Amino acid sequence: MIEVKKLVKRFGLKTILRGLDFSVQPGEFVALLGPNGAGKTTFLRILATLSRPSLGLVQVAGHNIPNQAAEVRAKLGVVSHLPLLYPDLTAEENIRFYGRMYGIPDLEERVTEVLEMVGLDNRRKDLVRTFSRGMQQRLAIGRAVVHDPEVMLFDEPYTGLDQDASEMLDEVLRSVAAKGRTVVMTSHDLARAEDLATRFDILSRGVIATSAKHEDLKNTNLLAFYKKSLEA
Amino acid sequence: MKTASPSFFKATMAIVQKDLSAELRSRELLSAMLVFSMLVILIFNFALELDPDVREKVTAGVLWTTFAFAGTLGLNRSMAVEKDRGCMDGLLLAPVDRSAIFFGKAISNLAFMLIVEAIVIPLYGLLYNETRIFQPGFLGVILLGSIGYIAVGTLLSAMSVQTRTRDVLLPILLFPVAVPVLLASVKASGGLLAGAEFAEILTPLNLLIVYDVVFIAISFMVFDFVVEE
Repeated sequence: MIEVKKLVKRFGLKTILRGLDFSVQPGEFVALLGPNGAGKTTFLRILATLSRPSLGLVQVAGHNIPNQAAEVRAKLGVVSHLPLLYPDLTAEENIRFYGRMYGIPDLEERVTEVLEMVGLDNRRKDLVRTFSRGMQQRLAIGRAVVHDPEVMLFDEPYTGLDQDASEMLDEVLRSVAAKGRTVVMTSHDLARAEDLATRFDILSRGVIATSAKHEDLKNTNLLAFYKKSLEA
Repeated sequence: MKTASPSFFKATMAIVQKDLSAELRSRELLSAMLVFSMLVILIFNFALELDPDVREKVTAGVLWTTFAFAGTLGLNRSMAVEKDRGCMDGLLLAPVDRSAIFFGKAISNLAFMLIVEAIVIPLYGLLYNETRIFQPGFLGVILLGSIGYIAVGTLLSAMSVQTRTRDVLLPILLFPVAVPVLLASVKASGGLLAGAEFAEILTPLNLLIVYDVVFIAISFMVFDFVVEE
């Protein structure tokens, strides 16, 4: 579903990604872990077609980036630590707007469906600026799945959430965003990543340093694996 | 779910409708532009001691200076709304030609600018007993000048909003580039107010139309590169 070969990303003289190889099979949930500045967000922004690769091959859902970026975007949903929502519009107006940008047929039905999925149907007429951070993040998931994408990218979705809101988001991520989809998530929350993901890739110094499947971590936990990967 | 890529026109209109709905509710942008415009006109009145003779000569300049400054405020605010909560990324993630985003933002910015002008021009006429500004030719020049200013302003605000010094950077970038539009607008509208023949204002009018077309074409071509990292 996602194929990346020898990806290089430079900002001026600074090289962030140094020949990164990465692939994700359909239905996999990959947690992309690594220290600050490792290039996780840069990598996700390239997959999301928000940033151009300097060198290398990037394919998402069978389409090349950047040449077929519009085709990729139609199959992609992105949730980041920012909600990407308009505070002066209501919840339903936000979803409706993004639905129009994706050319969704039967839009009103889909708006209701999405709001019900993320548990905000009873607040559909409320302005987003009156929502708590947790509610905004749930609505952000609704925004990201409005076009029923095949691939989901989560960039630090738990940032700024308290424990209760994080647990609620866990549930929505599992039941709405990740269900039946291919997912790549960056996070510093190892416990949550261990709980959600089927594979863990450690990004360090611009390349994938190590990779392990969930079942391979039987005798160790993710924290130990993470530390060992960075020490290597 | 089967989704069809929205047409260029539908995506553009979705952005316009979204901007107008949000502004109708918050009125942050329009109120700032309006208050600023009125203050500028009052300051000019005191600074230039606008007696009837002086007023005849400077009306076009005063109005265009006011619109240019107020327009910068609106352009900055309009793009900051997209940037501050990551909404620009939300727009860029949509499977549409990115120039649809430019046209959507430019049309809503133009609408805000025209609303401000529609309030400021009668107010100017009322305050300074100036009735010549209501002639259709003058209003046509205002429209042409606003289109060119907003076209280049929307493009440059998309660039400046990505920097930390966006409030300062936009006017620094915009005013030198917009000088041809502003000069042609002042010349054409000044000529109309002075009762010049149509042939006399044809040159600035033609320049204005050419600048509008050129700025819109350039913005259409380069917007994708401006907003992408």
